[in-house]
Amino acid sequence: MANTNLNRELKRGSAELLILSLVEARPRHGYEMSKLIEMRSGGAVRFNVASLYPLLYRLEKRGWIEGRWVDKADQRRRRYYRLTRQGRKVLSAQRSTWQNFVAAVHRITEMENV
Amino acid sequence: MSEFKHEVRRRLAHLNLEAVREASIVEEVALHLQDRYQDLLAQGSTAQDARLAVFSELNESDLLARELRRVMRPVPADAAAPGAPAYGGLLASLGKDLRYGARALRLNPGFSVVAVLSLALGVGANTAIFQLLDAVRLRLLPVRNPNELVEVRIPTLKGRTGHFNGDREVLSNPLWEQIRDQQQAFSGILAWSNTQFNLATGGEARWARGMYVSGDFFNVLGLRPVRGRVFSAADDQHGCGSPGAVISYAFWQREYGAQTSAVGTTLRLQGHPLEVVGVAPAGFLGMDVGHSFDVAVPLCAEQLILGERNIFARRDGWWLASIGRLKPGWTREKATSQLESISPGVFQATLPSSYNPARSKNYLAAKLGAFPAGTGTSNLREEYENPLWLLLAIAGTVLLIACANLANLMLARASARERETAVRLALGASRLRLLQQLLAESVLLAVTGAAAGALLAQLLTRVLISFLSTQSSEVFLDLNLDWRVFAFTSGLAVVSCLLFGLAPALRATRTSPAAAMKAGGRGNLGTPERFGLRRGLVISQVALSLVLVVGAFLFVRTFQNLVTLDAGFQQSGVLVTYLDLAPLNLPMQNRIPFKKDLLEHVRAVPGVLAAAEASVVPVTGDWWNDTVHTGVSGEEVRDSSYFNLVSPGFFRTMGTELVEGRDLNYSDSVNSPPVAVVNETFVHKFIKGIDPLGKTFHVEDAPGKPEPVYEIVGVVKDTKYRDLHDLPTPIAYVAANQATDPHLQPAFLIRSDLSLDMLRLSVGRAIREVNPAIGFQFNVLKTQIRDTIVRERLMASLSGYFGFLASVLATIGLYGVISYMAVRRRSEIGIRMALGADRGRVLAMMMREAAVLLAIGLGIGAVLALLTAKAAGSFLFGLRARDPGTLALAIASLAAVALAASYLPALRAARLDPLEALREE
Repeated sequence: MANTNLNRELKRGSAELLILSLVEARPRHGYEMSKLIEMRSGGAVRFNVASLYPLLYRLEKRGWIEGRWVDKADQRRRRYYRLTRQGRKVLSAQRSTWQNFVAAVHRITEMENV
Repeated sequence: MSEFKHEVRRRLAHLNLEAVREASIVEEVALHLQDRYQDLLAQGSTAQDARLAVFSELNESDLLARELRRVMRPVPADAAAPGAPAYGGLLASLGKDLRYGARALRLNPGFSVVAVLSLALGVGANTAIFQLLDAVRLRLLPVRNPNELVEVRIPTLKGRTGHFNGDREVLSNPLWEQIRDQQQAFSGILAWSNTQFNLATGGEARWARGMYVSGDFFNVLGLRPVRGRVFSAADDQHGCGSPGAVISYAFWQREYGAQTSAVGTTLRLQGHPLEVVGVAPAGFLGMDVGHSFDVAVPLCAEQLILGERNIFARRDGWWLASIGRLKPGWTREKATSQLESISPGVFQATLPSSYNPARSKNYLAAKLGAFPAGTGTSNLREEYENPLWLLLAIAGTVLLIACANLANLMLARASARERETAVRLALGASRLRLLQQLLAESVLLAVTGAAAGALLAQLLTRVLISFLSTQSSEVFLDLNLDWRVFAFTSGLAVVSCLLFGLAPALRATRTSPAAAMKAGGRGNLGTPERFGLRRGLVISQVALSLVLVVGAFLFVRTFQNLVTLDAGFQQSGVLVTYLDLAPLNLPMQNRIPFKKDLLEHVRAVPGVLAAAEASVVPVTGDWWNDTVHTGVSGEEVRDSSYFNLVSPGFFRTMGTELVEGRDLNYSDSVNSPPVAVVNETFVHKFIKGIDPLGKTFHVEDAPGKPEPVYEIVGVVKDTKYRDLHDLPTPIAYVAANQATDPHLQPAFLIRSDLSLDMLRLSVGRAIREVNPAIGFQFNVLKTQIRDTIVRERLMASLSGYFGFLASVLATIGLYGVISYMAVRRRSEIGIRMALGADRGRVLAMMMREAAVLLAIGLGIGAVLALLTAKAAGSFLFGLRARDPGTLALAIASLAAVALAASYLPALRAARLDPLEALREE
């Protein structure tokens, strides 16, 4: 039980960072993002529709990502999301915050063992 | 897939989201689920298991809806509920629509900028011209109760002879005094005459705009002085000598720096000293719209200032205009009948003694009348009112064409948003609300464009006025914005907005939602009626443009005809010098020798090729005529002829060809018989074909006085005399050296190949050497002549610009429609090319479409041009309004430009890759 709660907390704290970083390289659609997250985390982190799409819409509303319907040849049309300039700034800020946080936690926990 | 959609939609239904948004979310989430389903299948699950797994994602106790609710905001009830009241928060919804419209425009900067610019140009041009019209025609004089003012004129008196001064020579002074004393219709009556005063004493003249005014002038108008006092009846008595001057506000600021000490100083007018007694109020520019005044003096001062040349007491001296203020309860008609009743007595008392019986009869039968004068009198108005109305019509047409372009663009955009509109309609949005939203953009564009146009108009008006001002007379108009101009501009904004915004918006909301949905994501771009409207717009644009281009060519050719016509003399390289010898007080017998001597001095100036004296400078509006009769070849011919008093060498100086006989020379003096040189038309009219040399003609004079008889010694080619538009008229040139009453204000015409600026300096020096008290003024003949055709120049330039602008707009419109057509028919073109049609065939197909549109437009335009040609008729010279050559040229040029513009999109269509075109379907 405690694990699930912790997971949920961690997920909530890092979810935005995850999404933003995924679209940094190139625009992606929702399902692609969920698959990537599942794959790259080795199954540790999973987003289902109920958590993914509200999150995407929230980020879109803040102007950090921008969604567009795209028609590609011999495919259904999909909604692709890309990182906006503002989102890029937020991403780099969040990334450095996260790295600092992890480093701090690491120092605290490792120090005890020394 | 549809099953997933159904499930998602079910879970979101209670959130009451905006229809389009909801549809988008549903589609996206369902797609995700579909992908998941496919992946599970690919990994080996059974259909049933996969389906269960996917649905389990969705079943997590309403999580999706909960999370979404936190992000989304439901739309207020009124947008989705059918039949909801349109009011209640109307202002709020308006504000929202405007903001929404503003955002849409901001996201399309290219379109917005082009739209606002073309509107600004159209509205600006129209407003500028209207502002001029308003100032020239419609605005009332800035005096007390201008509507009570009427002008007294003699509409029935034609064929007056005598002396004419000023620019509104209605009455003589004796007539004015009779009317003043005998009228009963007016609580006050005034008279005035416009003139110029030379402020310099000797040397180059410095002109001030002057007015002779009757004593009660300022009182009748209700004008109070800003400093000092204005005239009263006591100031305007016969023989008043030097009564004082009232200066205008602008003159006071310019010359005296608005100092109070100006009152009491002395002004010199034509050398005569007058004391400044007062300053007129600001904003009063005189009675004549388009001109202003600097100095006003009483009527009686005319005798002093003009000296010998005064016509104050002459019964045939015409120089005054008169305006009266109606008594309370009197109408203009009543005033006219009162004036008519006193007419016989008035004219009897002022009959000129020099009139023969026929002319006297005419004079005694004349009747006075009263005419509206609230807007002042104006030569500017008479000359320019009609051209300005015509220009306004032209500018209005350009605005129409610009609106047609905008309408086409708005139609295209409405097409693109069709699906959204249809969905909203289907979900029950009120049609009115949607219409309101669609119109918001048009309203914003119209308002912005009109505001920019109003600003632009201020600049344009000033440009127009500088156009109208000439070397000799500057134009002054009160250009302060008044309510009429403001109403005009606002009206334009509303009309243009309706023109280009309403039709597309109505069209868009009238779409049947089913049709829109069926056409797939791209919108139903190609219904026949929709496209027909766009085609119709382009055709009307082409038609209107043709009319304007034809007009432009007509006016430009008119101007060209005037500028290049043979005036009978060489216009270039001649400096006109107006001289004032009055200050020298030359006794009568010395005048001719003095002028001869002065002329010799001028001829001796280095660089002067020829010089001569004349009393009338050709084509400057001056004129002098008399009645001539001959007894030659049996029939008596009695008619009027123009005259000019010239020195020997005049024809050489002007470059007029001597056809027969000799020029006047210095052996023609006061002691030899009077001689004259006449032009060819004079010979045709009076001498009727037989050899004119040695024949004589008589000049009519007052009854009882002996008639001068002239012998014809030479014949010259016809020249223009008064105006470039003149038809050939008879002209007789008589010798200045034989004048019994030598002129003290002659004009010297000087031909040189030096630059005229340098010439001024040397001639000025030469004149001053003879006598520094001689007053003189230089004008360039060519410029003076050009100034007489300012109206034609105005029409040519402005109609040229407008014609060009209209062609550009129509070409853009045609380009737009052809491009659009190319896009619409991409699949058709793709199929054709796939089936073997080559690029050439496709190109020909597109160009044929363009040619058809063009042909119809040009055809309609040609008919319109022929119909409206009459309106331009009076402004043309040297060609008919329905000139076929001009029409053909206009059609050819417009067609060439438009076809070239259509070539580009047609070429693009022909270069299409058929596979790509087909794939898009």
